Amino acid sequence: MGLEVDIRKKVKGFTLDVNFKNEGLHLGIFGASGSGKSMTLKCIAGIIEPDEGRILLNDKVLFDSEMKINIKPQKRNIGYLFQNYALFPHLNVEENIEISLNRKKEDMKLKLDEIIELFKLEGLEKKYPRQLSGGQQQRVALARAIIKNPDILILDEPFSALDFHLKEKLEVELFELLKTYNKEVILVTHNREEVYKFCDYMTVIDEGKVVLEGNTKEVFNNPKYYNVSKLLGYDNISELQYLANDTIKAAKWGISAKMGAKLENEFSFIALKDNAMVINNSPLSNGDIVVEIIIADIIESINHFDLLVKNVSYSQGEVISLKVDKKSFEKINLKENLFLHIGNEALIYLK
Amino acid sequence: MEISPIFISLKTACVATIFTFIFGVFAAKLVMNIKSERIKAVLDTVFTIPLVLPPTVIGFLLLLIFGVRRPIGRFLLEFMGVRIVFSWQATVIAAFVIAFPLMYRTAIGAFEQIDENLIMAARTLGMPETKIFFKIILPLASPGILGGAILSFARALGEFGATAMIAGNIENKTRTLPLAIYSEVAAGNMKQAAYYVIVVLAISFVVILLMNYFGRKPIVKDK
Repeated sequence: MGLEVDIRKKVKGFTLDVNFKNEGLHLGIFGASGSGKSMTLKCIAGIIEPDEGRILLNDKVLFDSEMKINIKPQKRNIGYLFQNYALFPHLNVEENIEISLNRKKEDMKLKLDEIIELFKLEGLEKKYPRQLSGGQQQRVALARAIIKNPDILILDEPFSALDFHLKEKLEVELFELLKTYNKEVILVTHNREEVYKFCDYMTVIDEGKVVLEGNTKEVFNNPKYYNVSKLLGYDNISELQYLANDTIKAAKWGISAKMGAKLENEFSFIALKDNAMVINNSPLSNGDIVVEIIIADIIESINHFDLLVKNVSYSQGEVISLKVDKKSFEKINLKENLFLHIGNEALIYLK
Repeated sequence: MEISPIFISLKTACVATIFTFIFGVFAAKLVMNIKSERIKAVLDTVFTIPLVLPPTVIGFLLLLIFGVRRPIGRFLLEFMGVRIVFSWQATVIAAFVIAFPLMYRTAIGAFEQIDENLIMAARTLGMPETKIFFKIILPLASPGILGGAILSFARALGEFGATAMIAGNIENKTRTLPLAIYSEVAAGNMKQAAYYVIVVLAISFVVILLMNYFGRKPIVKDK
């Protein structure tokens, strides 16, 4: 069951070679722009034909190069929300939504009314797309995609066309609306917050290849690879050295630590997770790694401080950046010696 | 003033424009849908070339096709009883061939301007290709296509060289306005010619007005 994709396609200077399977309800396809996310989507929707491979949706073959099957986009029954919403500019809201329905019968009218109510579009039926706000356009596009009851819904960067201040409100609205739709949804994005909030399963695409897939929380907690951790927004990543078979060293910051167990020499990088690090004035360790630091810079944001700190005993090293909320920041006495406590759960080993 | 050239011209231009419109739009759609770049380029050249050829060359080529000693011309005469050369229909054929590239070019331009995502969206919505063409592509391209039709009309109205060669200059039959002006000047009747010139100027003026109106008309009017 669910969506299974295993396709290859070559276009000038770029090779897409992706293979993944959705094991959740909401799948996030995550990657930087130009990584091949959109192309993957278009292959799934049938807008682009892959060179080879196969695409299955709920055990139905949508594409299979060996069996020479390539179902037309019209017959795939996929709901697709385009990045710029792709509303038909010459049709009003009502006409946009119902254009995919066949004849205007009584039950169609009923369905239309129901959808218009569900998507809070009452009063806008006769308006044209360019008379609508970004959020309204998004709801119309979604209503249009959902009215035919598609087997799967694809959202291509749904918030990238919106102003920043609208984004968060609309995220909540959209995710609420999607709760009424009980089928698979694919969200394509380069925004980690969106994936984390909305998707229970995710696949990370980089340079046309799937680098990691799994449950969203597991992927975020253990990104496994250097490039994935970069994409997921880890700021503090250092090369990792094995000094003895139980001691590691983060070369960038000059921090070394004796680990309890014997270590396999299998990782090349180490990342630090923000929320498992604390700065205070106590040198005492509770089993965590304690490093004396000096503050290189403080940047104040609306809700927190960004601290850039350096290891005192390794002044040529680079800074570690971490967020400290304003309450915790007040408790730190900046005039005394400062210590960074790195909990064990903050250490993420990467290949 | 003999007014038959005015009617012949308007009739010819109208009929030629109807054919140009239909064939131009569908030729544009045909070329757009062809996947092979090479075939596309060849067809595009064939459809566009009357635009750059001298009308007399077109007239010559049309004579090669429809002349009564030529296979097609002879076939039409012997089996259908239709003689194209020096008939009113010939004025329509000449005007059609000359005006066709204008319609075809503007239609292609209008189609290419449509956001590809809209057509893809229509496909994912399950709309059949013909429905997409008539409900999405054609309405969105309509300002450009209407402009092209008006331009074709104007060109058909002014057609001289090809018409003279295939349809001749027969009074009350194939003498269109441009031919009438030529004939009057040749006969030294400058005053007569001036009347026809004024008529042509008036029609052209209205046509350009119409074109500007349709070309700039937005698809959706705000309330």
